[in-house]
Amino acid sequence: MRLPLSWLKEYVDIPAGADVEQALIGLGIEVDDVVDQGATVTGDLVVGRVLTIEELTGFKKPIRFCTVDVGNPEPQEIVCGARNFAEGDLVVVILPGGVLPGGFAIGARKTYGRNSHGMICSARELGLGDDHDGIIVLRSGTPGEDARPVVGLDDVLFELEITPDRGYALSVRGIARELSHAFGTPFRDPALGAATAATPEPAYDVRIEDTVGCDRFAARAVRGVDPSAATPAFIAQRLTTAGIRTINLPVDITNYLMLELGQPMHAFDLGLLTGPLVVRRARAGEKLTTLDGVARVLDAEDMVICDDSGPISLAAVMGGETSEVQPTTVDVLFEAAHWDPVMVGRTARRHRLFSEAAKRWERGVDPQLPLVALERAVALLVEHGGGTPDGRVLDVDNVRPLPPVSLDSALPARRIGVPYTRERVVQLLGTIGCAVTGGDVLTVQPPSWRPDLTDPADLVEEVARIDGYDNIPSELPPALAGRGLTAGQRRRRSVGRALAEQGYVEITSYPFVPADADDAFGLPADDPRRSAVRLTNPLSEEEPRLRTSLLPPMLATLRRNLGRGHRDLALYELGLVFEPRLVAAAAPAMGVAHRPSDADWAAADATVPRQPWHAAVVLTGDVAPAGWWGAGRPASWSDAVEAARTVVAAAGVADDRVRVRAAERAPWHPGRCAEILVGDVVVGHAGELHPSVLATLELPRRTCAAELDLDAIGPADLPTGPAVSGFPPALIDVALVLDATVPAAEVQEVLAAGAGPLLESVRLFDVYASDALGAGKRSLAYKLTFRAPDRTLAGEEAVAARDAAVAAAAARFGAVLRGA
Amino acid sequence: MSYRNDPYDPKQAALLDPAALDDAVAQAEKAFAGAADLDALAAAKPQHLGDRGPVSLARREIGSLPPAAKSEAGKRVNAARLRVQEAYDLRLAVLEAEQAARVLAEERVDVTLPADRRPRGARHPLTTLQERIGDLFVGMGYEIAEGPEVELEWANFDALNIGADHPARGLMDTFYVDVPGLVLRTHTSPVQARTMLERTPPIAIICPGRVYRTDELDATHSPVFHQVEGLVVDKGITMAHLRGTLDHFARAMFGPDARTRWRPHYFPFTEPSAEFDVWFPAHRDGPQWVEWGGCGMVNPRVLTACGIDPEEYSGFAFGMGVDRTVMIRHDVSDMRHFFEGDVRFTRGFGMEV
Repeated sequence: MRLPLSWLKEYVDIPAGADVEQALIGLGIEVDDVVDQGATVTGDLVVGRVLTIEELTGFKKPIRFCTVDVGNPEPQEIVCGARNFAEGDLVVVILPGGVLPGGFAIGARKTYGRNSHGMICSARELGLGDDHDGIIVLRSGTPGEDARPVVGLDDVLFELEITPDRGYALSVRGIARELSHAFGTPFRDPALGAATAATPEPAYDVRIEDTVGCDRFAARAVRGVDPSAATPAFIAQRLTTAGIRTINLPVDITNYLMLELGQPMHAFDLGLLTGPLVVRRARAGEKLTTLDGVARVLDAEDMVICDDSGPISLAAVMGGETSEVQPTTVDVLFEAAHWDPVMVGRTARRHRLFSEAAKRWERGVDPQLPLVALERAVALLVEHGGGTPDGRVLDVDNVRPLPPVSLDSALPARRIGVPYTRERVVQLLGTIGCAVTGGDVLTVQPPSWRPDLTDPADLVEEVARIDGYDNIPSELPPALAGRGLTAGQRRRRSVGRALAEQGYVEITSYPFVPADADDAFGLPADDPRRSAVRLTNPLSEEEPRLRTSLLPPMLATLRRNLGRGHRDLALYELGLVFEPRLVAAAAPAMGVAHRPSDADWAAADATVPRQPWHAAVVLTGDVAPAGWWGAGRPASWSDAVEAARTVVAAAGVADDRVRVRAAERAPWHPGRCAEILVGDVVVGHAGELHPSVLATLELPRRTCAAELDLDAIGPADLPTGPAVSGFPPALIDVALVLDATVPAAEVQEVLAAGAGPLLESVRLFDVYASDALGAGKRSLAYKLTFRAPDRTLAGEEAVAARDAAVAAAAARFGAVLRGA
Repeated sequence: MSYRNDPYDPKQAALLDPAALDDAVAQAEKAFAGAADLDALAAAKPQHLGDRGPVSLARREIGSLPPAAKSEAGKRVNAARLRVQEAYDLRLAVLEAEQAARVLAEERVDVTLPADRRPRGARHPLTTLQERIGDLFVGMGYEIAEGPEVELEWANFDALNIGADHPARGLMDTFYVDVPGLVLRTHTSPVQARTMLERTPPIAIICPGRVYRTDELDATHSPVFHQVEGLVVDKGITMAHLRGTLDHFARAMFGPDARTRWRPHYFPFTEPSAEFDVWFPAHRDGPQWVEWGGCGMVNPRVLTACGIDPEEYSGFAFGMGVDRTVMIRHDVSDMRHFFEGDVRFTRGFGMEV
């Protein structure tokens, strides 16, 4: 909403030099923009009198060479393309050196063969409106005087943002009232102006069928209006400033009063009404073409105003086409009503019709305005459009007063931490228009324009706001005994750090994925990851689903990085995935009057998708770069597996509870996919991605990935301190020849179990295959470290343990000691 | 006493002559000093310090002296011996030091060669800043609370005094999902409701997390962004406590000279409510106020809906954008960087912010 300062000043005194913008901000009225119109045109903008006009011919369009008296001894020579003025007219001249809005600098220049020293201005050139039919011709003025005040370029415009609780502030009346609080100056309430009360005979025959939807309906008529009467300039300009189109005099008057008072109104062409008006709920399926030309199908909850022809207005939101004021209208019926804010809000949302009127109704309109608004409307129309007011006034008033609020006068001090006294509380509430009675417990009657004041907390806010938020002191509350981070929070931090330290770069993807992401990944038809939560209003129809895996968005990010010239990439992400509940039970309705029952809350919470934390990596290119030390090392499936092991280790799981084994799972390469187990639970997968998936996604061959469900990993282990022996170790290497299909991890497990308690560690240090070993065979070489806790091991003891380990591998896998 | 048995033979004692000893010492000193390296020194050693060296031979002659002369000759020989040894030791030390220095010089490398065999990774600034904020408040006795991102409408709206017909509900630009009663949470505030349902006061939580609104991605908007929300509910909590907490928070984020300024505002879940700005001295465009977030006293209706007696307890809540905080604090001008995942952007923030 954009309002000029001059309008506000009609109802509130503003001290000289006052900072209106800061005052508004301090009151909680957001100031989006301030335009000092006087500063939009710089340099000399003066009134001039046209002395001579010489018509220049021979150009594409008629051009005038004028001499203009701008208060100097010598007349100003100016070339002008407009034709709507005559010698002797007063015009607005900008002299060389001036700058018009938009940075249009004016100089002396030669044009159309003449010297032009300045420019005669149109309204549009001055930023005063869209009128560019000709230059401005003034009614009065003295050549040479500053033209800004004469054309209204001396105002300051405030673009204001009103919070949804303060409907009253969507008006000059409301803002002027607020400013009077800030400056402590008198406020002249336009709503206290003259108003003619209802007459026994109504202005028009109206029947209100639903007094809940419409608790007040007032109307007055003016007959014999001059349909060609123009809207006066001050109204047109203020509407334009506010961003409201001018239409015709009666409609412009209703919009003007809506801005000034906050009362939305409607003007009917009396001649187009047939029969009495009925205000009622619409019948489901009824049709109405509103003023914006849209044919609308109405809902049973909408309110309509009807005549014999059916609905003629979507009440409170927008008028209909059939009854609107026409260029020929001579008899006008003004309507000023009061509508149920909830009904209007629903209707506006249902029809996506957020009109200026609907915005005000939804936020609350003072129900005591209709008669004053009608009085002003009739007066303005008669003054500027002629006609005769009909003396009859209709006012169907079912407005109920706002309920009073009981307020402990000590509550504001208790909640805010400022020692407001009872007297101060009474005074501050009185300032905003409340009637306050009572002792320590106050009975506060909110004014008719403040339906938002329903709770003690609302009054507490008004006390603090009008007293000033700047008066609230700054102190820390007493600290509680907190328990620190949860296990899950520590785990995520640890995992993130570990991956970053290993060279992975964290990304933050959107969780939105394409509908065909599962097909691109080659997921089987029955894969549970195909069951996804779907957005009903996605930003892009291309990406309507929420991820069930971190990988699709991550691979898109990988591709984006590749597109930007990065070749060696290792990315990680920690985030939620969304697994819909397969049970169909809807959440129970829960009110807000009290805490939901445990059963209801549990039932509601059970409809929320499972949203476990996942950790994932994707990598391509070299994991170790080439350098002066030698060649680089390309990322491989093994890096992905190691990343997965890193995640599990960082999650606090002891190594001996982690197992890796071969798996087949999309989107991984079936021969290069590992599943990671903690105990017997599969917590994730790692390896090289399937070549066809990579081809579909246009990613480099051999791109690798790992993904783990952090929530599936289970609680971290509580490590026990290892017994550290000070005795020397015995180191023995063994090389076993066995079938290449036997997983190394299993061999190691069996070796470790077979070696017995003297084994301190076992480490695979070589994998070797050759024809000499035999087809399908390979050699796995292990370094075994034996150590006793209480003595130096004898060589025979270590050898015996080694033999036991080898025997176990031989028994289980047919392994043969190489070279034996 | 007879001299006849005296074994002294003046001819045999010539090496004990002081001049001879001085000469032997001088010869040794010259030989050692002339040794160019440790090998030469080692080669020269037996000739002067070995059993056949002049000083050793002189010592043998002592026995041939009369007893009265033995003592003085012994001292003379020892002194000579010490001087030779000293000359040797000195030279040895010099040559060893020279050798050590030569080895070190030969082993010199170019330490400026790059050694990034495994380049470092980096953590996202949104993550590290959320952790940092969490740590600040954990230090003040808060706990970090979390909630689902696909959330119950009841928790996201109703419990927070945003009824079905509340104008604010339409302003939230909500993503809806194909399960009735669920939305993508539009703010972190539903975590307030969950926390109050699950715990009893006193409560002090901080809740960093992702939120969603149907805004197209541009330099200053994103359909996914991050908020951090604080909530304290206890007996006697005041708006002054809120101000003290936010001032402390502002200083931790923006330096010791940061402070906050409040503007009355409207949020359905707080009453009174304010938006607040922070004075940021290190702003890229010079010290200035920047909009930071919203706050207020928890609306008693919210306490009631969550089963906390508003007569007994009061609370404050505040929230701000994490993305916005990173943008202000680290001079990031385009929100897209957070979500496009270009590794150059994240690497710029390292491991901590």
